[in-house]
Amino acid sequence: MNILKNTPSSLESNTGLLVKGVHRRSFLKWAGGTAAATSLILTGCKEDDPVIVAGEVNFGTGDNAVLNYAYALEQLEAAFYQRVIESQFSGITADERSLLTDIRDHEMAHREFFKAALGVNAIGGLEVDFSSIDFSKRESVLNAAKTFEDLGVAAYNGAGRFLTSPDLLAIAGKIVSVEARHAAYIRDLISNGTFADSTVIDANGLEMSKEPSAVLTAAAPFIKTKINAGTLA
Amino acid sequence: MDFLKILNMIEERDPEMSDRLNSRRKALRDFADLGKKLTMAAVPLAMGSMFQKAYGQSTTSVVDVLNYALTLEYLEYRFYEKALASAGLIPAGAPTAAITTIMNHEKAHVNFLKTAITGAGGTPVVEPKFDFSGGQGTGTGPFATAFTNYQLFLAVAQSLEDTGVRAYKGQAPNLVQQNAVLTAALNIHSVEARHAAHIRMMRKANGASVKPWITGKDSGIDNAVVQPIYNGEENTTQAGVDVKTLGSFSANAVTEAFDEPLTKEQVLAVATLFIAS
Repeated sequence: MNILKNTPSSLESNTGLLVKGVHRRSFLKWAGGTAAATSLILTGCKEDDPVIVAGEVNFGTGDNAVLNYAYALEQLEAAFYQRVIESQFSGITADERSLLTDIRDHEMAHREFFKAALGVNAIGGLEVDFSSIDFSKRESVLNAAKTFEDLGVAAYNGAGRFLTSPDLLAIAGKIVSVEARHAAYIRDLISNGTFADSTVIDANGLEMSKEPSAVLTAAAPFIKTKINAGTLA
Repeated sequence: MDFLKILNMIEERDPEMSDRLNSRRKALRDFADLGKKLTMAAVPLAMGSMFQKAYGQSTTSVVDVLNYALTLEYLEYRFYEKALASAGLIPAGAPTAAITTIMNHEKAHVNFLKTAITGAGGTPVVEPKFDFSGGQGTGTGPFATAFTNYQLFLAVAQSLEDTGVRAYKGQAPNLVQQNAVLTAALNIHSVEARHAAHIRMMRKANGASVKPWITGKDSGIDNAVVQPIYNGEENTTQAGVDVKTLGSFSANAVTEAFDEPLTKEQVLAVATLFIAS
């Protein structure tokens, strides 16, 4: 692998943030002397492109894997709330309809953001399986919502340490607190006062975050598409 | 010569360079891996220009971040403690139960952070003396009646919780290389967000026009003093992409979907109102 030829493009694809290209180029321009110098010396760069297996999605490597992980969860949440609003449970109040519609829009915005941020590195659309959820029943819908929101918070918190880019970490932080707001709201709808109970918060007052493997296991019943978690596995 | 260490030193010394380098941390990691194979002959090509631009600024240490968080947690904890001790302020039943839950979390955060700071070899900050009226020690600030006026109490609580969320969020990038501390900070951050959502719903139940999430830069509080806590929340651009353009979302929905950070300076400007000494 010729690093002179490949470094710029592999750096470009690391986060896939289209708009970052300019900054990255200025960085490369600044570092260009060294990059060019190293290119003459370096050989045998590791090939880490994801292996494509038919019928499965692969999160890939590095920060991309974390973004794809988040993208997968946001796809799941967005698809869920789209169904919730399309087929509203009986007895839904005007307030609930309004705030659940807000949540749907938030999740769709998150989903579209990650898709755009990942660019060509984005996994495809996941096929979801909501057969275990009775969308006509309030209890069934809210319990599923609670599962997704708590899981989302635990997932973002647990994955933060895998991110190497402070910028991406900042953005994940912007999203996770909104997921936590959702989780608290949904929990209070089920039982007022459970917004941060001991099933999700430990004795130190800390959210019980989850490793990607635990999150993906919990999400698996709702996702038909086979997932290869890449370097997060 | 440790290439990564040099890059870290430069990030500490040169904020402008740091901006560029920080946002390229991932690229740098790859670069640093390459660095292992670098000959020393190649390194100075870049080093010279970096050091020329270097000017002194100490980086925020992990202990500094934790002490900053501890100060805010003290503020929250003592605020709720005093509120719960104020007879007739918080209605019995669900409201008292919720505020007790929140106070206990803040108290646990105080203890957790003190332990973490000591464990990191630092010294926990001395607890400040607070003026919950927001009067910087005069006792006659805009929230002077917060312990007799339930609506005002909830408004101040919302302000403190939303500030906490933004404050922790603002520090996460400083902890990108401190995985254990980062995870702990994130695990507190989301708890503050859960608190904020619940307090907001308590306010809504009492007639305030707020949602569990922040719309635009709207505080939902009729006092300009708290506006700095919400300024910047109207942002719709993330990583250079205006998220509004990615679908048929309203601007409000996009602002709600992303909570924004505050810098330490911005947070302290607010927190200072509540600190007597």
